[in-house]
Amino acid sequence: MGWEPIRKRPAGTVTPNLLDYERTRSDFSWEGARQQLTGLPGGGLNMAYEAVDRHAAGPLRDKVALRCRDRAGHTTELTYDELRRATNRFANVLRSLGVGKGARVATLLGRVPELYVTAIGTVKNTSVYAPLFSAFGPEPVRERLRLGDVRVLVTTPQLYRKRVEQLRESLPELEHVLVIGDAPPGTRSFAEAMAEASDEFTIPPTSPDDMALLHFTSGTTGQPKGAVHVHGAVLAHHVTAAYALDLHTDDVYWCTADPGWVTGTSYGIIAPLTHGVTMIVDASDFDAHGWYEVLQDEHVTVWYTAPTALRMLMRSGAELAKRYDLSALRFVASVGEPLNPEVVVWGQEALGLPVHDNWWQTETGAIMISNYAAEDILPGSMGRPMPGVEAGIVMGDGGRVVEVRDPEAVGELALRPGWPSMFRGYLHDDVRYAESFVDGWYLTGDLARRDPDGYYWFVGRADDVIKSAGHLVGPFEVESALMEHPAVAEAGVIGKPDPVVGEVVKAFVTLREGNDPTEDLRTELIAFGRRRLGAVAPKEIAFDQHLPHTRSGKVMRRLLKARELGLPEGDTSTLEVGR
Amino acid sequence: MTPDDARDMIQAALLTVAPDAELGDVAPDADLREELDLDSIDFQAYAAELSKRSGLPVTEEDQRGLTTLAAGVAFLTRARVRP
Repeated sequence: MGWEPIRKRPAGTVTPNLLDYERTRSDFSWEGARQQLTGLPGGGLNMAYEAVDRHAAGPLRDKVALRCRDRAGHTTELTYDELRRATNRFANVLRSLGVGKGARVATLLGRVPELYVTAIGTVKNTSVYAPLFSAFGPEPVRERLRLGDVRVLVTTPQLYRKRVEQLRESLPELEHVLVIGDAPPGTRSFAEAMAEASDEFTIPPTSPDDMALLHFTSGTTGQPKGAVHVHGAVLAHHVTAAYALDLHTDDVYWCTADPGWVTGTSYGIIAPLTHGVTMIVDASDFDAHGWYEVLQDEHVTVWYTAPTALRMLMRSGAELAKRYDLSALRFVASVGEPLNPEVVVWGQEALGLPVHDNWWQTETGAIMISNYAAEDILPGSMGRPMPGVEAGIVMGDGGRVVEVRDPEAVGELALRPGWPSMFRGYLHDDVRYAESFVDGWYLTGDLARRDPDGYYWFVGRADDVIKSAGHLVGPFEVESALMEHPAVAEAGVIGKPDPVVGEVVKAFVTLREGNDPTEDLRTELIAFGRRRLGAVAPKEIAFDQHLPHTRSGKVMRRLLKARELGLPEGDTSTLEVGR
Repeated sequence: MTPDDARDMIQAALLTVAPDAELGDVAPDADLREELDLDSIDFQAYAAELSKRSGLPVTEEDQRGLTTLAAGVAFLTRARVRP
């Protein structure tokens, strides 16, 4: 409300890839865009070839592909040709282990060079890369390794001891663990395995429909889902990075997304490399000074980050930003949760650039709705659909959905299937996959509205999934972990609105008879949650001996949330969208 | 404040943020965020708690230096002898 549109002046020194939204959209076809990719020499399409090998065979051969800063600030560089050879080695390591097409290879790692080598080497070998969030506790790690039938895990000795060692017996499928550093019993040294492998490798025949990536995400009910993505998705990665991030080959690009989530792969590895840019990889945790230093010292030109990080920077003040020379920076984009207008406008004041919000999710594989370099921004809006993407607002109508065109109507954001990075299944769960599509629409689970100019505005989730610091947290997974504590009879978990991270995980807990709701017990439960769940554990716990239930006996999270927000409980009906 | 008092204060501040964050045998120079699984929000809360308990302002700049136990102890003990 009351936020002025940010009008774009004619371009600066770099001509945006998308100059005229309507025209680009009407002229666009995925078949036509396919010309921007090279394809495997013998036919077929492999993500790793498009990201690395095709550049290593051309004029970008000796260009720096990755510039990795470790926590101490030391830098390691890999050129496109060095990255080609390192990923060849890793593909050969997999081959020597008997790990081939379709087999899942996971990482539990921070932003270290080996992560990139593993990801690209894995898809090169036509195996399937599955990143895990390194701040997950042992329970979420176990669930995902099991669900993904993961055969190879690459991690550090520290993370192995803390999160994985105790699970090995319950994970018979996990045959090989490679560690970066001294190998504890039951693991092998990543470096030694690489040293024994050849750096020559021929990519096997790969079809655009072959599985390449497995990304875990959370739903309202049940355990996590494994969204399957195929090699053909690379076309969407490439095109959307050109339009939504305005990537040009000469850019120095920095994506701050954690490598354990989909953004960390689509836009933290694949898309930027397909454009032949130099990518900055920073291993450090968030720190306002440190981040401005990276932007300044690395001469970052395009920066893709998240609302939580921007809000933390905003807290530290525009003055701090002005102490650094950010003159190289020309484009800033954000994803993960809705970007409030204050941050968009703060970007102009502190960075001299507005922040471009965009929207997508694990299942879509690539950016679907976006603001663009040459187009006006309406602060608070996620923007308009990408060329090649058809979006709509739909409403449920007795098991069917219909599109609504009333500009004020709130409904579920839906997409017409057909873009190349659309997920091709939930692993081992065909029913859930089928349920995601109704009447020719993919239903996203997000509520939104579309204004008369075609800009989309996020309203909320259609389900109980929690969005915290850009990550989806499944309430069921958190409730299940808490209920393993002997004092807990039942738990209901919600997202409590938070000005910095969007939502924090809050649990309402009913105690078993004989347990008193003391401060000590609350502290014990928070610690218990953290040990099991890691970063997705509840930050707040409230005791409630009278959790509201549905007739079928499920905890009514919506009602808990309405109470938390001080809403009249009847108001929750407005959050419901029929499916 | 003695180094032992400083360590106790750090431990108490950590426990309010992450009740499982036992310093135990965490090495003085190890990164607390990594050792104790603190995310950036937890870490800011820890710095704020330390400021509250010690009565010392903890600036953005100071916060950068608080990532290890040794640095935290140095910050608290040095601060006391400032004129």
